[in-house]
Amino acid sequence: MAQTSHGIGGLSYDPAKNSRPPELNVLLALVLITTAFELIGRLFMGDSFLFNTRENVDALFNWQRLNIIILQVSIVGIIALGVTQVIISGGIDLSSGSIVGATAMITMSFAQTAIVNGNPNPKAIFGDWAMDLPVLVPVAVGLCCGLIAGLVNGALIAYTRIPPFIATLGMMVFARGLSRWWSNGNPVSFPTEGYAVIGQGMMPVVIFVSLAVLFHLVLNHTKYGKHCYAIGSNEQASRMSGIKVNNHKVLVYTIAGILAALAAVVVSSKNLTAQSGMGMMYELDAIAMAVIGGVSLQGGRGSILGTVLGALIFGVIISGFTFLKLDAYYQEMVKGVIIVGAVVLDQWRQKNRGRG
Amino acid sequence: MSNVILETRGLTKHYSGVHALSDANFILHKGEHVAIMGDNGAGKSTFVRQLTGVEQPTRGQIVFDGIEHTFASPIEAREAGIETVFQNLALADDLDVPSNLFLGREKFRIRLGPFSILDKKAMREATTQALIKTGVKIPNLMNTIRNMSGGQRQCVAIARTAAFKSKLVIMDEPTAALGVQETAQVENIIRTLKEAGEPLILISHNMRQVFDLADRIVVFRRGRIVANLRKEETDGQDVVSYITGAKTGAEFEGAT
Ligand SMILES: Nc1ncnc2c1ncn2[C@@H]1O[C@H](COP(=O)(O)OP(=O)(O)OP(=O)(O)O)[C@@H](O)[C@H]1O
Ligand SMILES: [Mg+2]
Repeated sequence: MAQTSHGIGGLSYDPAKNSRPPELNVLLALVLITTAFELIGRLFMGDSFLFNTRENVDALFNWQRLNIIILQVSIVGIIALGVTQVIISGGIDLSSGSIVGATAMITMSFAQTAIVNGNPNPKAIFGDWAMDLPVLVPVAVGLCCGLIAGLVNGALIAYTRIPPFIATLGMMVFARGLSRWWSNGNPVSFPTEGYAVIGQGMMPVVIFVSLAVLFHLVLNHTKYGKHCYAIGSNEQASRMSGIKVNNHKVLVYTIAGILAALAAVVVSSKNLTAQSGMGMMYELDAIAMAVIGGVSLQGGRGSILGTVLGALIFGVIISGFTFLKLDAYYQEMVKGVIIVGAVVLDQWRQKNRGRG
Repeated sequence: MSNVILETRGLTKHYSGVHALSDANFILHKGEHVAIMGDNGAGKSTFVRQLTGVEQPTRGQIVFDGIEHTFASPIEAREAGIETVFQNLALADDLDVPSNLFLGREKFRIRLGPFSILDKKAMREATTQALIKTGVKIPNLMNTIRNMSGGQRQCVAIARTAAFKSKLVIMDEPTAALGVQETAQVENIIRTLKEAGEPLILISHNMRQVFDLADRIVVFRRGRIVANLRKEETDGQDVVSYITGAKTGAEFEGAT
């Protein structure tokens, strides 16, 4: 029997019928997609997607694949956390991928080691003074790059009132140009051992998950988080209620920039090199993760938990396609379909819940 | 000092060519309830927006509680003690009731600048108190207000003014979307304010309501104040003729 509870003023409601959290739907989608790959695998490949099938390994799951699923989305996932709070507060950030490129190039230039295999570093950007610096230096430089880029984004959007789409598009083109100019298109390589640790093994996952927990708490339990939702929901009302909307926007984009820079540090450390094309399309992947996870492009709705689930869906699909030995082209095409599908779903949801 | 809580002198607002408000000289005494009437587009809401820091007047002075103010933002007006129910309500649809009630002035458990930790429990309890005080009916506080009825939303906006201490309450058409019962409820809230000696500016198109609640009626027409009428010395017919422009108050002759 449905349990009823009493609200204020004697109106009763049924808590069971309380709109279920949208994350549940995303989780359901994740389970469905994973199951689909499992079934297709069993039927057509004679192999399991999720479960261990090797005799010499004693495990229920195919941990290797599970690790890869989360590892390959964790770097873009870090960006997606920043993008999530941007979209919730009613904006969009197209610059994160390019910020990754530019930051990786600059950061790596301060993370190089002087001697490679007994010879001087062939990719050295600066002189001796920039060699073998403590790992804190390149990381600090990198995060500062992201901070500045985000600050510029935020200030442009808050004070010149140009649409976030345009402001961050400008930053996207600018930062990509910067990363090409930095070393005339040459890769920057051979980091110190200390720097190489940051992206080693499962470190990206650890960083992603810790930040996800942190941002989940920030969005749900702090003034900052509340104001993200408020501004994305009704900017005018937020202003009239005394929220310093402009300051908030600057902060939102600055944090997004810092997270993109952190992703740059992790990815350049993981690959032991930085290239000017690094982070290409990351911004769209990050936006897709958020949107798939139920973050509304209209602003005001979504959650970090949703984005994390969205990232996992992303990872499962990519791994699934590799597992089915399908070409990377299909991945791209399916990704495109999923992004548009998620937005259509959001619009549709919006229509259904809109007030009369 | 005097018993004047609010005075505006020559308050004027132009929106690039549109003279939405011209030379408004307005006085409100402590404990007094004044109704503002006027046709659509007469400048009533514009007047309110200048008083509450939502917009900055083109010229003119605002003296509130003996001090001349230039409110740069709604929060400054609120900190000075002016609580407002705006005509467009100023609510965030995707937030629940407590979040809307405390929008922009949240309660905190730990203060950490922008990352201060919210005291959700305290806000929820204070919200319940405020809603009970105003007799509002809301099924579930923790639902977003998106799906609530127009009246419920209006009640949330009104409860917001009741939840905080203030020196002046301004309500811009607070009962416009309400049913009979809810209207009576809001009118009761206004009477409670009157008993407590809290001054109020009420904007309304409802003649009966205005005559029930207000001590004085100020009529706006085409951005100007055209009449200032004590309730005992006027009637509905009279007020209508000022609203439509058939009549202009003696002291305002030549103004239009
Ligand atoms: N931001 C703005 N820019 C330009 N014109 C404006 C602006 N805000 C209001 N106006 C104009 O100012 C005039 C007064 O508007 P206002 O909202 O004060 O009317 P009102 O008396 O509150 O009417 P109603 O009873 O319909 O609420 C109108 O002609 C309106 O079109
Ligand atoms: Mg109005």
